[in-house]
Amino acid sequence: MSKQRKAVALISGGLDSMLAAKIVMEQGVHVEGINFFTGFCVEGHTHAIREKDKAKPKRNNSLWVAEQLSIKLHIVDVIEEYKNVLINPKHGYGAHMNPCLDCKIFMVNKAKQWIVENNFDFIITGEVIGQRPMSQRKGTMPIVAKQSGADDLLLRPLCAKNLPPTLPELEGWVDREKLHDITGRSRKPQMAMAAQFGFDDYAQPAGGCCFLTDKYYSAKLVDLWKSQGNKEYELDDVMLLKVGRHIRPQANFKLIVAREEGEGRFLQGYKKDFISMNSLSHTGPLVLIDGSASAEDLYLAARITARYGQGRDAEHVDINVMNKDGSERTIQVKPLKKEDMPKEWFI
Amino acid sequence: MHKETLNARRLLCPLPVIRTQDKVKQLKVGDQLEVICTDPGVMQDIPAWCRINGHKVLETISGDHEYIIILEVGP
Repeated sequence: MSKQRKAVALISGGLDSMLAAKIVMEQGVHVEGINFFTGFCVEGHTHAIREKDKAKPKRNNSLWVAEQLSIKLHIVDVIEEYKNVLINPKHGYGAHMNPCLDCKIFMVNKAKQWIVENNFDFIITGEVIGQRPMSQRKGTMPIVAKQSGADDLLLRPLCAKNLPPTLPELEGWVDREKLHDITGRSRKPQMAMAAQFGFDDYAQPAGGCCFLTDKYYSAKLVDLWKSQGNKEYELDDVMLLKVGRHIRPQANFKLIVAREEGEGRFLQGYKKDFISMNSLSHTGPLVLIDGSASAEDLYLAARITARYGQGRDAEHVDINVMNKDGSERTIQVKPLKKEDMPKEWFI
Repeated sequence: MHKETLNARRLLCPLPVIRTQDKVKQLKVGDQLEVICTDPGVMQDIPAWCRINGHKVLETISGDHEYIIILEVGP
């Protein structure tokens, strides 16, 4: 009896990687999943924070996919290593701050390291030629295989027939004839395949799973780097970019204004790291002040804070200012008018 | 039976799952781990992770913006 081969599948939580893993499992290969957490993965984050999203399911799609496939899933924290991918992408950015090709190379490389450490035989991805404008083109397929170091250990079951045979095919670990030749952006072949496998529920096909592909998020990230004069970041920085309204009246400071109760509760956890403000005389949001603000800046920030509360039309609003050490003081301000807030302030 | 507690407050999914996964690697079969979180997503994600990886959820507690999951490490 021949040895059962083992493969690790990159599971994003979307349909393509789910199908790719299933196709290989159907050929008797032992498959386990791997998922990389970069800090920019969409998943349930904002759902978990925002009160209005509480009714939405908060499932983690990669875990859900693994459960549907009855495979183990290894979630790997790559936050620190990913910084270099985002800050210095060899192949550049996509439409926004998304370094998709470098990201794919990085993840396949991490998977290659994983199979070596765990004595697995090859790697599976759900890539499809022509699916993504930057990272999934005919010309990028060999680049990912080569620059990741995975070479012919990287099998793409959904489009394998359009690519040169890989080692798993040449060695007969999988039957090339049972693999596929999907190309392009149409989702119909994948949806038909999902129906064949009995998958009637899956994450939105071709949906973005990374905040870096989002125009507004990318603008906030660029603003962060510009304001600090370098491209460094910590996890808390990139998490806070997902929350609240970000307003930068001046280069040296910005306000993060909670938009609703859930965000306010989330921002409460950062009160020891930032000066914070909230209205005492009226109902209003919690606001964090990011940067080094002078007394004059704080006065302006307090007027903006007042503008976002129920006292926006009042003559005066009492604003509580809390320092990082917990010391507090109250200042009375006139709320800033909407017309006094240029749109350039809004990041 | 050995019992440990993991503080995963303020972490958003999947970080509580990753921290749980890393902690469980240090424990033995039959040991218990209490994970304390503030992200309600853990009530779905940690039990799902346990089911996939053969661990048993003994108890889940939803408090005032705090969520506790007690699991037993499987083989």
